[in-house]
Amino acid sequence: MTPRVTNHIAEILLSIENVSLSFGGVKAVAAVSFDIRKGEICAIIGPNGAGKTSMLNIINGFYHPQQGRITFKGVTRSKMRAYQAAAGGIARTFQNVALFRGMTVLDNIMAGRTLHMRRGFFLQLLRFGPAQTEEIAHRHRVEEIIDLLRIQSIRKTIVGQLPYGLQKRVELARALAMEPDLLLLDEPMAGMNVEEKEDMSRYILDVNRHQNMTIALIEHDMGVVMDLSDRVVVLDHGIKIAEGTPQEIKTNQAVINAYLGVAH
Amino acid sequence: MSISAAARSDTFPKLLAHHARVRGGRPAFRHKDLGIWQVWTWAQTHEEIRAFASGLSQLGIVCGDTVAIVGSNRPRLYWSITAAQMLGAIPVPVYADAVADEVAHVLVDAEVKLAVAQDQEQVDKIQSIAGRIPRLTKILYDEARGLRDYDHSHLHAIDDIIREGRDALGRDAQFASWLDREIEAGEGAAPSIILYTSGTTGRSKGVVLTGRGSIAAATDSVAFDRLGEADEAFAYLPMAWVGDHFLNYAKSMVAGFCVSCPESADTAMADMREIGPTYFFAPPRVLEQMLTRVLIRMEDASRLKRGLFHYFLGVARRHGENILNGDKVSLTGRALYFVGRVLVYGPLMNALGFSRVRVALTAGEAIGGELFSFYRSLGLNLKQFYGQTEAFLCLTAQADGEVFPDTVGRVMPNVDLRIADDGEVQFKSPGMFVNYFRDPTRTSASMTADGYVKTGDAGFFDPKSGQLKIIDRVSDVGRLTDGTLFAPKYLENKLKFFPNIREVVAFGNGRDFVTVMLNIDLAAVGDWAERHNIAYASYQELAAHPEVYDLVARHVADVNRALADDGMMAQIRRFLILHKELDADDGEVTRTQKVRRPIVAERYASLINALYDGSHAADIATEVTFEDGRKGVLSARINIRDMEAAVPSAGPAHVAPARGAAERAA
Repeated sequence: MTPRVTNHIAEILLSIENVSLSFGGVKAVAAVSFDIRKGEICAIIGPNGAGKTSMLNIINGFYHPQQGRITFKGVTRSKMRAYQAAAGGIARTFQNVALFRGMTVLDNIMAGRTLHMRRGFFLQLLRFGPAQTEEIAHRHRVEEIIDLLRIQSIRKTIVGQLPYGLQKRVELARALAMEPDLLLLDEPMAGMNVEEKEDMSRYILDVNRHQNMTIALIEHDMGVVMDLSDRVVVLDHGIKIAEGTPQEIKTNQAVINAYLGVAH
Repeated sequence: MSISAAARSDTFPKLLAHHARVRGGRPAFRHKDLGIWQVWTWAQTHEEIRAFASGLSQLGIVCGDTVAIVGSNRPRLYWSITAAQMLGAIPVPVYADAVADEVAHVLVDAEVKLAVAQDQEQVDKIQSIAGRIPRLTKILYDEARGLRDYDHSHLHAIDDIIREGRDALGRDAQFASWLDREIEAGEGAAPSIILYTSGTTGRSKGVVLTGRGSIAAATDSVAFDRLGEADEAFAYLPMAWVGDHFLNYAKSMVAGFCVSCPESADTAMADMREIGPTYFFAPPRVLEQMLTRVLIRMEDASRLKRGLFHYFLGVARRHGENILNGDKVSLTGRALYFVGRVLVYGPLMNALGFSRVRVALTAGEAIGGELFSFYRSLGLNLKQFYGQTEAFLCLTAQADGEVFPDTVGRVMPNVDLRIADDGEVQFKSPGMFVNYFRDPTRTSASMTADGYVKTGDAGFFDPKSGQLKIIDRVSDVGRLTDGTLFAPKYLENKLKFFPNIREVVAFGNGRDFVTVMLNIDLAAVGDWAERHNIAYASYQELAAHPEVYDLVARHVADVNRALADDGMMAQIRRFLILHKELDADDGEVTRTQKVRRPIVAERYASLINALYDGSHAADIATEVTFEDGRKGVLSARINIRDMEAAVPSAGPAHVAPARGAAERAA
């Protein structure tokens, strides 16, 4: 394999500045700042309760931080609704799979195209003229994603009947169908066996390289994190304790202490 | 008539040009891509392949070079075969699932100069062994995914090569006419392809076939099955396997029918249903898997559907095969079968993708009588043939109305087949191989002095049907002390066709009588035990249960009756059920689940002694390897059961033991 070339002075896609979020007396995120650069895979790691998922929820507008500024694609804001984030180009997957369980894989992924559909409701209902042309174009795009993630064999299967590992892949497919600028993956490999993890890693790398997609992911499997990511941000108790390349993080004493505990 | 025209062409590129002229607008290849079936007509295929050959020529491929093809069934990979043949180069298909080391063996042995790979996985595999293949200069690929960041100095997309080839043909008229002359001058007696045998016995050998021989063999087979341009084939078995090259590549090139390639291996069965082939091949294990899937899904169906299914399956069992064979069937029988076809068989065949199948073939290993009859009784015209790579496949085949589960048919036209004194099947055939690639020693070892090819299989002509019966490998056939023929695999297979029996090892060569050690099938017998209120905690406990011994004894008695009817084979006189399953981790079976007789004989020597010294039980302690690599010792006391010899029945030959359905229903 050719070594990955990462451009460390690449354009900043998302910038988190001094963001804080608390639920009542619990400080979930405290004055955290970091950047996500265009085209990179950035991993957010940390022990349980470190504030990783809260961070993701802040980025896609599900939580609103009490303090701090978020700059995405050059636009600074402190508050944004989830649908605005989606329309703005942020897609995500969830720690617990959140698909339409009664619909087929194909329909689930097509749902990811909703924001790109331009034709009116009634035209789409009738599948007439321009709506049909548009649907064909969207289906083509969806088929490319199905091909990329190799889920042809389950195209017409109801999602609820699929094993967990495949549901995770379908969720990734739906997020990709949005053609986002930033893809947020919350524990994409939780509950998978080694082989499924290897497959998923390959798909994430494929997506990152071929579509030049920026990816921020939360993951507990350190082997996966170190192999996949260009940069790692480490949170502990809502505070950023380290940031750097996987190699730097591996040898960082603060990170080791956070994970293994330290004698006081 | 196309077949006679085909017979006049002696290379596949000439046949391709013929089809482009005669039926240019008809489909030649289909491939499902991005969820849609893409079609190439014969004219388009011809144009693409000619451009591909031109591109290969630009890459420096010349007459006599070898070109490896590694991947699953894809139009572009099939095209690379013909494109290489246009230049007089020799294609060498390689099993896509082979590990790097096995691929290396073939690529080194065949001295390939260029490799055509399906995707990143195969490219990685070839690059990892490239250092060992001195002549390999270029790798081409079909699917670009994941390969973008690779060093492309020796790596090219097939599409780019075809485009460059097309440009060169358009640019340089002289080059174009040279290529066309080259195709026209293609020599039918020159090597057309090298097919590597799977290598179950030692290192795999490259079987060299000629264009003329391949086309002659395929022409006979096309005429035998009456195939034509309107037929549809579905390519889902490995391209490196002789079956695919014969049944799909060679026969479509002769008959002019269309070959469809599935979207991926996982979608093959669904894709097949969409295509609805008229001509279909499946090895017995695929048919078995399909049947199992049907039976499992029927268990989940509603009571009404399940009831209908089982009732009409009974009707099919009574009348279906007779109707298919054109025998006399009562009016009620026909009426019931007609209703069954509307309600059950038709929809079931459609679900399996068999609705339009006119000719269905199976071969490769022995097929269970019940499995065979199941498909035939539903109206699928399933037939057997026998052959091998060295013959370019068909030596014997079953004609309509002459179909039996335990024979493999009459000798094909133009094939000269004989049974040697030691029972070995030997042949001369139109498609006969030239030699093993650069291996004169093994080539001459495989031929008799008078030019017949030794198959290594022992067989005889069944006196009742006049068809060939294959019993075993010659090297495995032995005799009892009284001279009775003992063919271990023949009787092992008969036992293994019972779903309750998983594995069998028979002994008898040089002994007074035949004994077997066997493994029960934990799933099937476990299911039976549940229905009969037999409690057990482990395989060992279930295997030792007296009622399980009774169950197995009934199967052995059935087999003995069948052996008695065959008349020349020794019967099983004693058996035991092993306390553990034969396991690849313990080296007792290969990874492909073939029994390693010497190792089994050594590990279970005390049991084998007990089988022959008349004792009724024996103690054994075997070392076992657990899945995590730890070792332990498993000891047990194993009972031995005596069996009576059966006498031949007066009625017609009992060809197939009944499937376990009867036991399950009981």
